[in-house]
Order: sequence, then C-alpha cells, then structure tokens
Amino acid sequence: MKENVSRREFLKAAGFAALGAGSLGIIAGCGGSTDNPTAPVEGDGEMTYRTHPQNGDKVSILGYGCMRWPMIKNEEGKDVVDQETTNRLVDYAIEHGVNYFDTAPVYLQGQSEKATGIALKRHPRESYFIATKLSNFSNYSRENSLEMYYKSFENLQTDYIDYYLLHSISGMDAFQQRYVDNGVIDFLLEERKAGRIRNLGFSFHGSTEGFDELMATHEQYNWDFVQIQLNYVDWKHAGGRNANAEYLQQELDKRNIPSIIMEPLLGGRLSKVPDNIAERLKERNPQGSVASWAFRFAGTPAGVLCVLSGMTYMEHLQDNVKTYSPLNALTENELEFLEETVILMQDYPTIPCNDCKYCMPCPYGIDIPAILLHYNKCVNAGEIATSSEDSNYSKARRAYLVSYDRAVPKLRQAARCIACGECMAHCPQSIDIPKEIRKIDRYVEKLRSETL
Amino acid sequence: MLRKIRIVLAAVFFLGVTLLFLDFTGTIHAWLGWMAKVQFLPAVLAANFAVIAGLVVLTLLFGRVYCSVICPLGVMQDIISWFRGKLKKRNKFRFTYSPAKNWLRYGVLVIFIIALVLGVHSLVALVAPYSAYGRIAANLMAPVYQWGNNVMAAIAERVGSYSFYEVDVWIKSLPTFIIAIVTFVAVFVLAWKHGRTWCNTICPVGTTLGFLSRFSLFAPVIDTDKCNNCGLCGKACKSSCIDTKEHQIDYSRCVACMDCIDNCKHGAVHFALRPKNKAAKNTPADNSHDNGRRAFIATGAFVAGAAALKAQDMKVDGGLTAVSNATKPCRQTPIVPAGSQSLKNFSSHCTACQLCVSVCPNHVLRPSTDLETLMQPEMSYERGYCRPECNKCSQVCPAGAIKPITVEEKSSIQIGHAVVNPELCVMITDGVKCYNCTDHCPTKAIRYVRMNPDDENSPFIPTVIEEKCIGCGACENLCPARPLAAIHVEGHEVQREI
Repeated sequence: MKENVSRREFLKAAGFAALGAGSLGIIAGCGGSTDNPTAPVEGDGEMTYRTHPQNGDKVSILGYGCMRWPMIKNEEGKDVVDQETTNRLVDYAIEHGVNYFDTAPVYLQGQSEKATGIALKRHPRESYFIATKLSNFSNYSRENSLEMYYKSFENLQTDYIDYYLLHSISGMDAFQQRYVDNGVIDFLLEERKAGRIRNLGFSFHGSTEGFDELMATHEQYNWDFVQIQLNYVDWKHAGGRNANAEYLQQELDKRNIPSIIMEPLLGGRLSKVPDNIAERLKERNPQGSVASWAFRFAGTPAGVLCVLSGMTYMEHLQDNVKTYSPLNALTENELEFLEETVILMQDYPTIPCNDCKYCMPCPYGIDIPAILLHYNKCVNAGEIATSSEDSNYSKARRAYLVSYDRAVPKLRQAARCIACGECMAHCPQSIDIPKEIRKIDRYVEKLRSETL
Repeated sequence: MLRKIRIVLAAVFFLGVTLLFLDFTGTIHAWLGWMAKVQFLPAVLAANFAVIAGLVVLTLLFGRVYCSVICPLGVMQDIISWFRGKLKKRNKFRFTYSPAKNWLRYGVLVIFIIALVLGVHSLVALVAPYSAYGRIAANLMAPVYQWGNNVMAAIAERVGSYSFYEVDVWIKSLPTFIIAIVTFVAVFVLAWKHGRTWCNTICPVGTTLGFLSRFSLFAPVIDTDKCNNCGLCGKACKSSCIDTKEHQIDYSRCVACMDCIDNCKHGAVHFALRPKNKAAKNTPADNSHDNGRRAFIATGAFVAGAAALKAQDMKVDGGLTAVSNATKPCRQTPIVPAGSQSLKNFSSHCTACQLCVSVCPNHVLRPSTDLETLMQPEMSYERGYCRPECNKCSQVCPAGAIKPITVEEKSSIQIGHAVVNPELCVMITDGVKCYNCTDHCPTKAIRYVRMNPDDENSPFIPTVIEEKCIGCGACENLCPARPLAAIHVEGHEVQREI
C-alpha cells in the first residue's frame, strides 16, 4: 500500500496534474498497472528443465498456472477471458521455454480450459505438456465425473492429456468418496493404460495424516506425480491443520514421486510483503524481485518437477522467466536467511487467503477474497489500529475506511455476511471464512463508531 | 462604498450557505451552521426570538438588508440579474419604475400564513425563499460538486491518497428534484427579465420585511436639489421601486442594495436618515399590461410547480451488481430523525430546505413524496442506516424541526421499532443460518426463537423486544432478504426515551 498522502500534498500534486493532464495519465498508467517493479529484462541463459524420473519428460521448471488469465468485460458486462492477451502470454512463455500448462474445468468461472486450449492450439502439440484436473466437487457421480473428463478433451482440443489430477483431495475420505466408490479411479487407470492420460496424480491440501493415507495408496495406484503447496512460509510454518511442505516433499522424495508446486507465491502474498520485509530481501539481492526469492525457493528441492505460477501480467511472466533462466538454487545461507524472514513476517498477522476464489460466488453476494485481501494489505502496511490511543489511530482509521469502500462495494462488504458457512468447504487453505469476515466487520464497526 | 460592502457581505453569506448544502462531510457546519440559523422563516419556526428580534431591528434600521445580504435566493437573483447586465451595458439599465402589485404580494402572504397555520407544509415550503434555495443547491448544485469530488477521489485513489473518497450521487426524490428545477427556472427567468420581481410579488418573507422597511430609520434618499432628473437611478433599480419623476422610493420594495447611490453621477442619492413625512408613500396598484404579464408568469410558475407534484417516485438503481439494494418497504408511520420529538413537531417546523438531507452521510434522509409532507425529509434504510455515532442532522437543522441532540442522547431515543416478517427471513426461505440482524443490533433488541413455540424442531426466526429497539434500521439495512427486507422499522408518532 502506498503511503498516505496528505490533503495538501495531494492538492499540490493535483494542481500540477491539471497543468499537464496528459502527462499525468501516462505516468499514472505506468504506475498503476504493475505490481512487480522489476525491469522486464530477460534471463541471461536458458530455462532450467527437470526430468521426470520415470518417463523422462523434460519439463520446464516454470509452469504456467492457468487460473489467473487476464479478464475483461464483454458487451453484457460479464467477465470473460481476454483471449488476445492470453495468446500473447502463451506465445511469450513457449518462446522462452515454458512447456507445462496447468488448468482445471472450474477455473475462471469455467472459462480457463477453453481459453488455454485456444492459445495452445496455435503451437505444435508435442512442444508442451497439458495438465488438467477432475474437479468433481459438488457432484461426484460417475456420469458427471466422466462427462467432466471428456469435456476437458473437447475444451483443450486434444486427444491426450499429459498430466491428469484428482483435484484437491485432503485424505482418504475425500478420495474414497469422489473417486473410489463411484469407480472413477478404475476408469482413469484404464485411460492411463490406453495412453489418453500420460501421467496420473492428484493435488493435495490437508493434514499430515491425510497425506500419509494417500501415500499409502501409492503401491496400488502408482502415482506419477503429486501437486503440493510449497513455499518458504509453508515449508516449516503451514497454517491451520495443513501439513508442512517440508514433510510433503520429504515423503514424495522417499517414493521418488516428482512434485508439481502450487502456491509458490501464496497468491501474491509473498510478493506484496510488508515494506521492511521487502527492504530486507532487496538488500540481500538488489537485482532480484521480491517474488524471485519465492520462485527460487520453490525450485530448489531436487524432487520438484515444475513450479506453477498464475501469471496475469506480462511483467510477472518476464520476471519469472528471468528467475528460472537458469534457476540459481538457494544456498544454505540463503535458506537460513529466508527462514529468519518468515519469523519476521509473523509479526504481520495476515489471513492466509491466496485469492484462488474457490469460495466464490457467495450466495449472498459477499466479495470474500476482496475483503480478506484488503485486510491483509492494511496489515502489511501497518495500518491496523489496536486502540484509539495509538499514535497513528486517526490516520489508520481513515485509511482503512476509505480504502475499504474503494476495494469492496458496500453491498459486498463484511457487514452483509450472514455466516451461512457455504464457503467453508471450498477453501483449500481451510480458513474459517465466516469467523474472519466477522472479525473484520467488528473492526470496521469499531472504527466507524470510534469505539476502538 | 456601501454598495461594495453589501456585495462583499452578500458574497460571503451566499458562498457560506451554499457550502452548507455542498459539504457532505459535515465539517463546515461547525463553523458556518449559524448562517442557516439566521434565515428568517427557519428562525420563526424554531421560535428563535433572538434571531427574529435581530432581523427586525436590522430591517427597522437599514431596510431590507436581509434580502440583499442574508437571503441566498435573493443574492442568487442579483447574480443572475448582474450577469445579464454584464452581457450588454444597456441591460444594466433595463428597469423601469412600476407600482407595487399589492394584491399579489399580500394575496400570496395571506395564503402563505393560512397554509402555515393549517399545516399545509408543502405549500409553505414551496415559496419559502431559504428552503427554495436549499432545494436548488441540494438538487442541482450538490450533484455537480459531488461529481467533481468523485473525479478527485478517482485521482486520489490512483496516487494512493485518502484525502478524497467517492460518494453516491442519486436523485433522492423525483418530485422534489423536479420542483427544484421548476423553481430555479422560474426564479431565473424573473431575475433575468425583471430583477427582484420574485422578492416583491411572491416571496412572503420579502413582503413581511417590506412592512417593516417602510419605517426604516435609514434608507436611500433622493436629494431633489442635486437631482437633474436623468432617471438613471430608476433604470438601475432591480426592484423597480424608484419613481424618478416624483423623486419617490417605495421602501417596502427597496432591498437596500445601494445600486442607485453608486449609479447617480451627481451624488443626489444618499443612504441617510429619512425625512419622516415622506416615509411609506405607496402608489396603489394599477392593472397595466406589464403587471398582468408578471402575474401571469408568477401564476405559471405555480401551475408548473403543482404539475410536478403528480410525478411519481423513480426507482434508483443500487449498482451494477447482482445484489441489489432492498426495495423501500411500505411504512405505516414515517420515520423522522432523533431529535424531531414527534411527527407533528417535525412537520410543523420543517421548511424542507434539505440541509439535513445534504449532510446525512448514510443516505438515510431523503425528501418525502407524500403530498402532505412533500419535500420534508423522511428516513429510509435501503442505502444505509442511522449510524450510532452520527447526529449531524440535529446539528444543522435551522428551523427547530430536529432539535440538537448529542450522540449519547441519540442512543436512547426511540424513533421507531423493528417489525419482523418471518416469511421473508432467509432462515425460512433459504433454510440457512443467519443472525445478521441480532449481531448488528446496537441495543441487543433482537432475539431468536422457534417459529412455532410448541415444536422443538421448527426453524428459528428473529423477534424484536420492542421496548429496547430504537429504530436505527441496522437490522433492516443489513437483512439479506430481497427485494424486501424481512425486518423493517416502523416510525413512532412521538419519540421517547428508553
């Protein structure tokens, strides 16, 4: 969050802006659109590739997460994928050695697979790997699951899928219910035999026990890969009941199963860190972006096949390509340095929301990720007041209330959450969403009524 | 010199009063709120004797200075008239003496007083000068100001400043909006053509003060020794009250603008003690062609105003999203702000100036569309609710319709109570848990009980302990049921403390 600008400074600036309105537009345009301030310089070498221990696939260490394609409004005001920009991003990625694209039927309100398919179709099929998932969350009947499976082929305009995942399972219960009881896993094993699925795996969010249960099935199903959440915070400090990434990676290494990494940047939370953390990272590596630390960390374990990043902007893509061309694995020293950084970051009690939007749409119209992200932003900016006695109380109060109304329309704010709990089951980070939302609402109410 | 002083003072008052209507943050009201409170009619309704006495003394001393300096509608007409004079020099001297239209001005005054006594509030509000200006400022100027603010807010957002924040711009009541436009057009046309005709034919305050100003101690006086009968003072008189041939000034219509003094090249007009025998000489009205036309225009303005009454409420869209604002429920008793004491007190004091509507930060107050209380504000909770920390409306009201109360007092004033319609509650319609109304009730007046007391398995519904409810509308505003909230507030005829 930018620093608060006083009214006088602002009016002064606005006066200059009026003098040169044209130039302001250009300056503001540049400042507003990049979250990542790194100059778009390409890496000095070639993209790093990892080899799949069983089938020898040479996979780029940077994989494209297709959950965050740029969106625009169509004529009816509906959010749709900006296909033109998406094509450009895909072209750049492939040109710079990225060859792994990870999508799912449910991403981007169901638009991701199709958009990804269109962009990829313009390149030779053998030049990239496609990963998609069986997202049979709400209706896991056999018919519905198979329909979803076939639909993916149609959407992606392909006759084989390189990496196929059972989408987000937390343990044996979910696995049994969604894939075993309905016979879907047997069907998928047949499909793997037939070559329409080249690699079969699953994506995991959950506890150590849940992971152990699933690892125990390896002998039976021979998982080709597993997708896990790994980053320098979750390595040793995974929140809630989630297993530490260190443990997950270790268990996979034991079985020689390659891992695909998701949330290396925690949905941007590891690039939008508090100012003093950013300074700390920058002091250590002035040339690298804040985000580059997270990507280098995720790529460092040798068992990692590919690190996914949902890159909405060209600048993010360019920065990540730079980080991985080639990957400089973190040294022992640097790993220690990051671990110390994580400890420092715990002074900022953010809510572990990665903006994946699985909780949406809320049946009562609440914009859950926007409320949580806005809160996190203020936490990181040190703009959460603890009492009206605080020295920065009035500044923090105004900053929170004004930016809250800017970030979230009134009808979608926390005060309107009825705590029905619909969202809870969908959160892969197992955040107690109604509780957090209510907490924010109480805070806002105290700010508004000046009773903090 | 006197003219310049008048212009400076008028500009200060005009800007000050206008800012009261434009400043939606309510900060300026602490400094300039008195400018609304010295307005004549609000002071009369508020029984503010000090102000009334002050204005009477002022008028008895110097004539209708009030009309030239304090009244924003009067100053607005001067600005319009002056602007026309600026376009062409000739226009500056476009006025001619015309006799007073006594039948019209006294007629309007009599009707006005009858309406005031009988409680025909909409008619009173229609011609009261300060409230007419308030409606013009609140309905026509404030949106422009707010849009300007929103542009600044958009720029501020881009540079990460919190100096400006965006505000909703919406038509709070279509009839009132139309009346404001019609009033503005009528006043504009009259001022453009004839200067102060409105003030000397329609305005009840102008007529009342005219009674007094006949006897004012000081007034512009023509020195017949110096006068060469050029007639320039009469041509420059926007009140058309200088009979240059007779060297007479109709002091009941003179607004003490001092234009005649500055325009006289021979120093023949002075602002001075008046010779007694010359005071208050009035020429009876005759039915000239001009007179008839003015009356016609004035009547036309009334007819147009009356026609606007028939226009219906417009639905204002709450936004582009799939969640809409709730629909306004049909309230048996309207809700008026804490401090109003009772519906009767409120409606008999309110001049419908829209000052409280302008400062309400929660979009709760808006002009009523009921014929009886037309343009007077009422509360509704579709866009926000009456926040516990806010008492702005009570601080700004100049007319005593909303008496000043503190935030602490407000928390115990019961302006209404919530009523539950269980059939609309999402716990019944959607079968979900929802405790939003209980959670947000500042007085903890809402409880959850089984819908059917005899059935342990029947769903929960909210119920209101009426004695604890203050009617703030948090429950209604935050209720997720659409289009109508499952809980809504009914107003109380008499407000009481709990």
